[in-house]
Amino acid sequence: MQLDVELKKSFKDFTLDVAFSLSSSRTGIFGPSGSGKSTIMHLLSGLDLPDSGYIRLGDTVLFDAKKKINLKPDLRNIGVVFQHAHLFPHMNVKRNLFYGYKRVNPENRQIDPDDLFEVLGIAQLLSRDVSTLSGGERQRIALARTVLSNPRFILMDEPLSALDEGHKFQIIPYLKNVFNNYGIPMIFISHSVLEMRMMTDEVLVIEKGRIQQHNSTEEMVKKSWNCGLESYVNLIHLGVASSYKDLFRYKWGDTTLILTESGEREENLFELDSRDILLFKRHPEATSARNLLQCIVTNIYSSGNRVRVELACGNEHLIAQIVPESVRELGIEKSTIVVAAIKASAFKKIF
Amino acid sequence: MASEIAMLSLSSQDLSAIVLSLKVACSATLISTPFGIACGYFLAFGKTRGKAVVEGIISLPLVLPPVVVGYLLLLSFGSNGIIGKFLNMLGIQVVFSLTGAVIASAVVGFPLMVRSIRIGMEAVDQSYVSVSRTLGAGWWDSFFTIVLPLSGRAIFAGMSLMFARNLGEFGATVILAGNIPGVTQTIPLAIYEYTSVPGGDRMALTLCLVSISLSFAILLVSEGINSRFGRR
Repeated sequence: MQLDVELKKSFKDFTLDVAFSLSSSRTGIFGPSGSGKSTIMHLLSGLDLPDSGYIRLGDTVLFDAKKKINLKPDLRNIGVVFQHAHLFPHMNVKRNLFYGYKRVNPENRQIDPDDLFEVLGIAQLLSRDVSTLSGGERQRIALARTVLSNPRFILMDEPLSALDEGHKFQIIPYLKNVFNNYGIPMIFISHSVLEMRMMTDEVLVIEKGRIQQHNSTEEMVKKSWNCGLESYVNLIHLGVASSYKDLFRYKWGDTTLILTESGEREENLFELDSRDILLFKRHPEATSARNLLQCIVTNIYSSGNRVRVELACGNEHLIAQIVPESVRELGIEKSTIVVAAIKASAFKKIF
Repeated sequence: MASEIAMLSLSSQDLSAIVLSLKVACSATLISTPFGIACGYFLAFGKTRGKAVVEGIISLPLVLPPVVVGYLLLLSFGSNGIIGKFLNMLGIQVVFSLTGAVIASAVVGFPLMVRSIRIGMEAVDQSYVSVSRTLGAGWWDSFFTIVLPLSGRAIFAGMSLMFARNLGEFGATVILAGNIPGVTQTIPLAIYEYTSVPGGDRMALTLCLVSISLSFAILLVSEGINSRFGRR
């Protein structure tokens, strides 16, 4: 997907003025609420009219103020998953799902509905009434409905923010599976760093209607730590757990990790706060921490009275956050070998 | 007692008044519905400046005395009126005809229908329309598959309100269409005639009972359909 955009739109007390080109198939638009993220979604999808500029998707001009081109939303082929699922209340789940599908020319239908329902785990919901569904189910059905309309790319406007805290990330594996299986490019709009890191490779950071940064997601996270983000959170992808005494053992690259939490899925995601990693110069003989990993320091960067140390543990990476005095005492510099101690309970399960 | 019941029986004039009433109310309601939906949509979602003026004009018959509405209609549809002249050329006679009764009922009942539809359409979350558009539905497609079904209850309520109002319409009808038995004499006009002739009380009462039963039946049917809509 190649998307070239230059847009201006003025409201009473807010002006959006952005220009960007996207080619990644997993892009995020990140910014605080009121920064103009949803306005971009409305302008791209054709639900709102820009004052000036253009939108080009590959060879197709979707909007060009100078040439007076403005494709209607139904002709743009851009799918949108909104913050709230907005399932049509007068239709059952099945009719909702096929609303867009029926409007696609049969020759252009590329997705097998049954296959998609399997991937999203909604096959058993088809005959249900929409009012009986949970938030996560509704959002999965909204996504399936959009995917079946055969869009050239999908805009996801804060799709997790309306879900309850406890269950919101359970939908992530489904989202990932859909985008991996069908190769549909997407733009993920959110104000959550964690969601950005799980769903996107590159990110546009937007503030007060202007683009502040266009970067890879990890770079954005690393750069943004001195502007309000206190500590870095390591995201650890782990496979199937095997039990180890009363704990659980996971393979992580070349090494193993011992955790208190079990993961039932094939792929499990845990978060590990960079402040929860202790660094030792030599292998401590005995410690209460269940994980002692020998690592090489690959990078050090500091901000104020805190230092982040990038570590390579075998073929995996971690970031630990310590204070400058510890750096001096341990003599930490690039290529130093240290031992990272992590408690089994420091890993918090996301999904 | 038996003789009293016998006295409540309907004459052929009564029967034709009942049939005419139903004919007028049905035609006026059905003809007005598409316009009512269009006006309701315009008032709910239109962004034109003159909206308030249009709303005022549509609602005017609701607050004006029906006799005034009837007189204004007579002026425009009469043989010297602007619309009347044009219709005359086409050979259509409005004054003192069934057509006149339908037009009078339609004009008087229209604001009630529009109000109900407008309120119903305003309650339709516009996000559903946005979603349907991004799913590939054009404007009309979205209107027929999302807006209309979601405001179906309000449209039906507007129709039944207008139908009930039409059954009772008197003032505008008597001026534009007159009170001709078998041609334009609906139930209220027949009751009026009975009460103004000596000894017509019984016959007036019979038609009153018919009128009450009809109105009650409309209420029941509309409630029934409404709750079915609600359950969906």
